[in-house]
Amino acid sequence: MSESTDTNGQRPDAAADRPQGREVAIELRGINKSFGPVRANKNIDLKVEKGTVHGIVGENGAGKSTLMSILYGFYTADSGEIFVNGQKVTITDSKHALELGIGMVHQHFMLVEPFTILENIILGAEDSAILETSIARARAELKRLAEDYSLTVDPDAVVGDVSVGQQQRVEILKALYRGADILILDEPTGVLTPAEADHLFRILEQLREQGKTIILITHKLREIMAITDNVSVMRQGEIVSTVRTADTSPDKLAEAMVGRHVLLRVEKDKANPGDIRLEVNNLTVKDDLGVPRVKDVSLTVRAGEIVGIAGVAGNGQSELLEAISGMREPVLGEIKISGNPVTFHGDDGAARLRRAGLAHVPEDRQRLGLVTAFEEWENSILGYQDDDRYGKGLQLDIKAAREEAVRRIEKFDIRPTNPRLKTANFSGGNQQKIVLAREMDRDLEVLIVGQPTRGVDIGAIEFIHNQIIAMRDEGKAILLVSVELDEIRSLSDRILVMFDGHIIAEVAEGEADERTLGLYMAGVNEPAAAE
Amino acid sequence: MDFSDIILVLDSSVRLAVPLLFAALAGLYSERSGVVDIGLEGKLLGAAFAAAAAAAVTGSAWIGLGAGIVVSISMAMIHAFASVNMRGNQIISGVALNFLALGVTVVLAEAWFRRGGNTPNLSGDQRFGSIDLPFAAEAQANIPFVGEIYAQLISGHNILVYLAFLAVPITAYVMFHTRFGLRVRAVGENPTALDTAGMSVGWLRYQAIFVTGILCGAGGAYLSTAQGASFTDNMTAGRGFIALAALIFAKWRPWQAMFTCLLFGFLSAMQIRLQGVEFPLIGEVPVQAIQALPYILTVILLAGFVGRAIPPKSIGQPYVKER
Repeated sequence: MSESTDTNGQRPDAAADRPQGREVAIELRGINKSFGPVRANKNIDLKVEKGTVHGIVGENGAGKSTLMSILYGFYTADSGEIFVNGQKVTITDSKHALELGIGMVHQHFMLVEPFTILENIILGAEDSAILETSIARARAELKRLAEDYSLTVDPDAVVGDVSVGQQQRVEILKALYRGADILILDEPTGVLTPAEADHLFRILEQLREQGKTIILITHKLREIMAITDNVSVMRQGEIVSTVRTADTSPDKLAEAMVGRHVLLRVEKDKANPGDIRLEVNNLTVKDDLGVPRVKDVSLTVRAGEIVGIAGVAGNGQSELLEAISGMREPVLGEIKISGNPVTFHGDDGAARLRRAGLAHVPEDRQRLGLVTAFEEWENSILGYQDDDRYGKGLQLDIKAAREEAVRRIEKFDIRPTNPRLKTANFSGGNQQKIVLAREMDRDLEVLIVGQPTRGVDIGAIEFIHNQIIAMRDEGKAILLVSVELDEIRSLSDRILVMFDGHIIAEVAEGEADERTLGLYMAGVNEPAAAE
Repeated sequence: MDFSDIILVLDSSVRLAVPLLFAALAGLYSERSGVVDIGLEGKLLGAAFAAAAAAAVTGSAWIGLGAGIVVSISMAMIHAFASVNMRGNQIISGVALNFLALGVTVVLAEAWFRRGGNTPNLSGDQRFGSIDLPFAAEAQANIPFVGEIYAQLISGHNILVYLAFLAVPITAYVMFHTRFGLRVRAVGENPTALDTAGMSVGWLRYQAIFVTGILCGAGGAYLSTAQGASFTDNMTAGRGFIALAALIFAKWRPWQAMFTCLLFGFLSAMQIRLQGVEFPLIGEVPVQAIQALPYILTVILLAGFVGRAIPPKSIGQPYVKER
């Protein structure tokens, strides 16, 4: 925490140190790109200065990725000019972009998992037909890169076995190995834990010091403020502003992104807790390998309150959610919904809990919440397809299901508004809204929400937060798990901190400053004593 | 069964394993690059016919081999076009080629040679004759066991047998020690990784499938001009499918593929030998039951003993550039 304030404090001085009107690494003039009737990029003008970190923010679908794909040669612009280091170029394919010194770290890594790190790095840049020769050269080069940029990896480790943070380092190394001077990073922290993200930022700072130019695409404003020198905001295919990061603020950026004022902090009234709706007693849960991940956890959630579970990812939150939602049978302990114990036997735990009035928004919407190959209306009833309102017996009342989907699309502002569209074609935020609509828009007692806004853009975050608050005000009991501390703090009426499978602290709303929570999350039981 | 009987069975195993080995290695290239090749059978059959026909007309086994390879490559390129350019379903394309080969070979054989769908019997230079390795006779006469193994098992095969077994280390080297192999394996796992590194996914798959064509061509030619002495209707009898099974059983690795093919070859050799043999208690087993043994074993091995064969991740999926 202290580190980020340091960097923020330094930023204005650092910017002032740099000479104004420095060299331009990349300049785009009047770039246009359309996909059918959709204009993904409209008259984009952009200058990226050499040796800086340039942030590009915008909501999902604002055209950031399209623009970068044009720069990386994945697409050709319909019109417009590209200058790299002052030279006008026409980038025909990725190979050409690489030759011009442009490297890209994609949001979804472009790695071959069964290959070693070295093999991944040389792939496509082998300098000899015999592998051993290429690998030997790459090994030496990798050592040099590791020293220059503190990018340490085990060159012989198999990529599929290393952590996501390491995989990302391999992607960066791949680009550097090919001699990239300009690095494009597309949503690099979406898959990283906070610690890994911090590490990445240190690497980026190092790269900048060595004179590399970095373009950082993100929708997380905190990252923009922490690492970038300049920032461009994109909205609906246009760049709406480019400013020095030091001269702006998260509020201003958010407003520019969405086009209206956005409340980054959620407004809510004081909670009015009623009866206990969810009661968990002495729950112990083991993971697939038989390792206990949740250890003797007890908690209650009352009607009309939001209980947030904070914690560094991997401290048992996921397993706790899985147990409470009926996906994983606990080893010990009991779960009560409105006072009625839920019994586990067989595989229908989740269905039974749903009938008892529990709704579950899973942490990973693509893996657990949706069948992305289905049409929107199909996902809108998934898990409830046996309900009488969607037809009796074997017959599915498609008309009723679609009508309901249309109603929910309106109520939850899901875009595009077509229930027949394949779910994979919705943006992350809208996919999340489909899950939320399905789970929230029904008669329920207890709502369990995991990572409600992971990979969701700002406008949608605001909407989702407001929906959760509205559910609370209707008197539902809500259990929220999130790795975003800000989210936990702004939504929860009570915060439980989970560490190593235990709940080690309970903090009431208002008493939770970021520092104390951070210490609890790090496993310090008595933050006062740690002074 | 005495020692020389065992040598005979093993010798016969080697001969029977050769077409499987050619086809399995052929499939290895295609499948490692991410293109399912269920059409190995069709390519073998097409090549077997082309080789026999060309050898019969020209009198040269080598021209027959060339014709077999050309036909097999042509069929492979059709498959590549359907899979890469048209992004079609690779299973359907492969099955279509199998049926095409099954029908066309017989029709052409009948039209050209009028022998009920077969080609004329080949003899002399129209076939690949056996090669005696140096000192085979002396070794057999002077060195017990080892000499006999050398003379009977290792020496005395035709050139294609040696080529098939030579293709194993070559394939292993190409796949795991060259740039081409690295790229082929990469394109089968994650084609996007290659595309973003500035390489053409389609071109690589074409190259891999081209090699598949060459090897299948040699396998087909072996059937009709080396092991056999003419083309007969459906003479491959499912060998392409067994080779595919062997490839999966070997988890797409060349040396393992060789051993699996030898195992299947051994089963076929035993099958031939066991026909008409009286078993204790059971008596004579019907010949059909024994002939079915290699196929039954294929099913059992694949279902039960293969463990989890993890195929190349992108296998069967046409590559479509994302976004």
